[in-house]
Amino acid sequence: MAPVTVGISIDVLEKRYAGSRPIIALRSLEAHIAPGEFCVVTGPSGCGKTTLLNIVAGLDKDFHGVLGFEPAGGRLPRIGYVFQNPRLLPWRTVRENVALVRQHNHDRFGLERLLGEVGLADAADLYPTRLSGGMARRVALARAFAITPDLLLLDEPFVSLDAPAADRLRGLLVRLVTSRPLTVLFVTHEVGEAVALADRVLVLSPAPGRIVAEMPIPLAREQRYDGGTLAALKAELARLAGFQPGRSSLRIPSS
Amino acid sequence: MAERVASLLVLLGAWEGAAWFAHSRLFPGPGTVLATLADETINGDLLYHLGATLARVAVAFALAMTIGSAIGIAMARSRTLDALLDSWVVLFLNLPALVLAVLLYVWLGLTEVAAIGAVTLSKLPTVVVTLREGARALDGDLAAMAKSFRLSAWRTLRHVTLPQLSPFFVIASRTGLALIWKIVLVVELLGRPDGIGYAIQVFFQLFDIKRLIAYSLAFVAVMLAIEWGILQPFERRLARWRQ
Repeated sequence: MAPVTVGISIDVLEKRYAGSRPIIALRSLEAHIAPGEFCVVTGPSGCGKTTLLNIVAGLDKDFHGVLGFEPAGGRLPRIGYVFQNPRLLPWRTVRENVALVRQHNHDRFGLERLLGEVGLADAADLYPTRLSGGMARRVALARAFAITPDLLLLDEPFVSLDAPAADRLRGLLVRLVTSRPLTVLFVTHEVGEAVALADRVLVLSPAPGRIVAEMPIPLAREQRYDGGTLAALKAELARLAGFQPGRSSLRIPSS
Repeated sequence: MAERVASLLVLLGAWEGAAWFAHSRLFPGPGTVLATLADETINGDLLYHLGATLARVAVAFALAMTIGSAIGIAMARSRTLDALLDSWVVLFLNLPALVLAVLLYVWLGLTEVAAIGAVTLSKLPTVVVTLREGARALDGDLAAMAKSFRLSAWRTLRHVTLPQLSPFFVIASRTGLALIWKIVLVVELLGRPDGIGYAIQVFFQLFDIKRLIAYSLAFVAVMLAIEWGILQPFERRLARWRQ
């Protein structure tokens, strides 16, 4: 099955977590992600970013609304999910963790090539308890790419890494993504990360989350190392996201 | 290892010394017992009785582990089932094996079904409780990972769920075996015409202490072999990734 680039249309009327004090995580959230787009979702913590990813991943079906993939009527997209914690199986080696999700493992060569591509060739036989945080993140990335995904979901995958390690992994992610036809939905609360990676950034409001702003970033990723442009983009996104006191028209309405 | 061997030798020496002092048919030394053990193995009924007991241990163990695991995991997954069965589990957990054996012999007659049923029932609740604990501790994040990557039910069970439960299977197996092989002897003593428990009863009535000890030692040796030869290596294999 050759990968098809999928688009996503998300229309969540309401997502509520039941309980003695029900929480409304998302409300009136509408978004369209174009095939092949690298879309970053940002917003304050607790605004429902992870909930949104879980809905797209099909892990959470308990919501009011519609989730659709394009091309419509095609097969379900193959989804690679990189969680905030790597969620590796500690009783399987690096190679076994990556191999687990593949439908058939006759393509040994492809597996080894992928492990090499993410810099894990020498660590393939280690158990996850022996890995550093950055290495474990690489395994999680490799696992997501091992299924040749049509759609890649990432939930703050580089959080809690030191800055150089996070930078290296972002570079790796960009290399992996640009060499494959796929759509990416990436969640982060870091403005700098959003600006460095995205074709387009969506800004969520505090809970119940909905999209309050969007910002296309029409720059090739190589151009984003220019300090001035990058700083300007970051400032603009920070202003949109309401992280700085700014124009009231762009502040998030409290509901 | 050297300490173990030394301490075992000291024990044998003390035993031999005490037997020499007692100088009684009722207190045979290790030499006499070992000679009896060899003789009974070759010429006597030791292997026959040992086989009968081991077969009962194996069947009761297998039954208690499979049924107990199924009930325990089901109770962890269903709150209703847990509420319904929890008091039963507590009741059976506190019911002495001897009571179970006597009651089942009375109700079902002195049959194999009653014997194995009594042993299984006395072990069952501890398996239920252990596996319920294990199933409650299952990692929801890993289950979500398996689901998002669309792993088949079998792959998820085999590679994600069971490895999390395996330490609990090991605990249940070890405590289970230790418990079962003691109860089996009581059940045999009460109402079976064969097995180590039956043999011990006969030797008790005949005051044949050297055979009594020889049969007991043979049985203990087999159980230790299972512990060292099967359970401990299995446990080490499971724990490989922790090093």
